[in-house]
This record gives sequence, structure tokens and C-alpha cells, in this order.
Amino acid sequence: MSSAWELIAGCAVLTFAIKAAGPVALGGRELPARFSSVITLMAPALLAALVVTHSLANGRHLEVGAQAIGVLASGAVMFKTRSIPLCVVTAALVTALLRAL
Amino acid sequence: MADDAFTHAPGTGFRAGLRAGVPFALAGLVLSASFGVVAHQAGLPNIAAIVMSLVVFAGSAQFAAVAIIAAGGSLGAALIAAALMNSRFLAMGIALGPSLSGGPFKRAVQGQAVVDASWAMALSSDGSFDRYFLFGATAPQYVTWTLGTVIGVVGRGLIGDPNRFGLDAIFPAFFLALLISQARDPESRGVAVAGAIIALALTPFTPAGVPILAASTAALWGLRSRAR
Repeated sequence: MSSAWELIAGCAVLTFAIKAAGPVALGGRELPARFSSVITLMAPALLAALVVTHSLANGRHLEVGAQAIGVLASGAVMFKTRSIPLCVVTAALVTALLRAL
Repeated sequence: MADDAFTHAPGTGFRAGLRAGVPFALAGLVLSASFGVVAHQAGLPNIAAIVMSLVVFAGSAQFAAVAIIAAGGSLGAALIAAALMNSRFLAMGIALGPSLSGGPFKRAVQGQAVVDASWAMALSSDGSFDRYFLFGATAPQYVTWTLGTVIGVVGRGLIGDPNRFGLDAIFPAFFLALLISQARDPESRGVAVAGAIIALALTPFTPAGVPILAASTAALWGLRSRAR
């Protein structure tokens, strides 16, 4: 594929620039105190978005498949046991079992 | 591994980050192996797939770009998809920026350590980041991301379809575990629910990646709570 290296170079440059933008623009600056709680709350907002898009979105379609049920089950295990290994194993196991049915 | 592994006291540094990053590195190994398989199926030469993981190191963007090429899309379309997929790093980088020091080039390089899990774990409750924890957590993930891609392109015949084993559920499960262990107060939980709703509402209408970036606006709720 002749465009493979162009694709890789383009992706590398874009990713570098996107990750560098915030640190270059705001490095060493003190943000107003009221923004610190916004930054703290970005973690739950982004993590929740990652969870639902990873487990429910298939392209632009939303669907509840084996993976979504596996992730849901893992969440219940996490709430109950607070064990991360158990949570992750549950997700894979439930998803694999449902796919095998 | 205790639940506490996902929450840390500020200033615990590189070694603590390293320990916290290992589980994600193992999950990344599996995911990047499947990237190796997918990249080969898309017609990418083996060495190109490995170099891509080495120099791009952004899973969702790599999958998105390669999927578009595999479907016969143009280079431009693939790059746009990758950029949109990465757009959440813009928000994460803005949050991280004030916690980095040094000249612009040094900060730009330090910003490359931002990957989802490391970023979330390095964030302290006062809105600042432990950058050494961030570097420590990302280091093993970078190693296994490349290693996994090598395994994927070399051993693809043995691996087959990794989704058969439910391995694609590992990453969202990790993110959910991270979310549950971090979001212990009602405000964080409310913002998490709002972020999820924003992301789901936008999914049918916007290119992949945009819903995640848009979900970060739910954090603006923090302005209101502090104004009281």
C-alpha cells in the first residue's frame, strides 16, 4: 500500500500536535481556582463517555450486544466487590459466554 | 490489586505510576495484538503496522484510520477520523497544561504521555496532575502497545478473532472500574451520567470521537458548584 507511510506520518503528526496543544498553550500557568473543579470533573465525564461509546456504539449505531452486557455485569461486580481484576475478568467472561451461545 | 491502585496521594511519583499502569499495559497488549491483525487485513505491511504503533501510540485513532483505509476511504478521510478520535486529548491536554513546566518543546513532549487511563489516574482532587505518575503509568503501556502489535502481525494466524474471547470488553471494563473507584461523590456521579448521556445522544449524528470530546463539557458543572 503506497499510502501506508503517508497515513502513518499524518497520524503521527496530528496526534503529536493534538496532545501538545494544551501543554504548549497553558504550560506553567495558574488557572483560576474555579476551573480546578471543572478539571477534576473532566475525569468522570470522559471516562463515562469512553465506557458507553466503547460498549454501545457500533459506528453511528447504538446497540446492546454481548459486550455491553459483559461491561454492565463487570460494573455490578465492581460496585459489589471493588476488585478490579474480578471486574475485568467478568467483562471478558460474560461477553465470551454470550457470544458462544 | 486493591481498589486504591486507581486513586493515589499526590506526589507519589514515577514508581507508583508504573505500578498503576501495568494492568492497563496488559490490556493494551491484547488490544494492540488485535490492531496488528486488523492492520494486516487492511493491507498495511507488517513493518508499517508496527511503526504506526511506535510513532502514533493512540489506539482508537489507529483503529479508526486503518478501518477507513480498509473500507476504501481516502487518506484525507482516514486522517480526519484519526484527528477526531484523538480530539479528547485536546481537552485532556488543556487540563494537564498548568501542571507542566519547562519550555514549550519540553511541555509538548511531556504532553505525549497523555493516554486515557494514565491521565485519569494522575489527576488529583485539587485539579492538578502528578506528571511523574503520568509518565510512569504510560511507560509500560507504550512498551506493550508496540510489543502487542508485533505479536498481532506475527502471530495473527494463531490469534484468529480476539473478540471471540470477549477481550474487546476489557478496555471499557477497565474504564468503568476506574470511573467507579474515582467517582465517589454525588457531583462526580452526576457529571459521569451527564457525560454518558451527551456521548450517547451525539453518537448517531457525529463522527466517532466527537461524542467523547463533547462529553467533557459536562465538567463545566464544576463552575456552578464552586460559584455557590
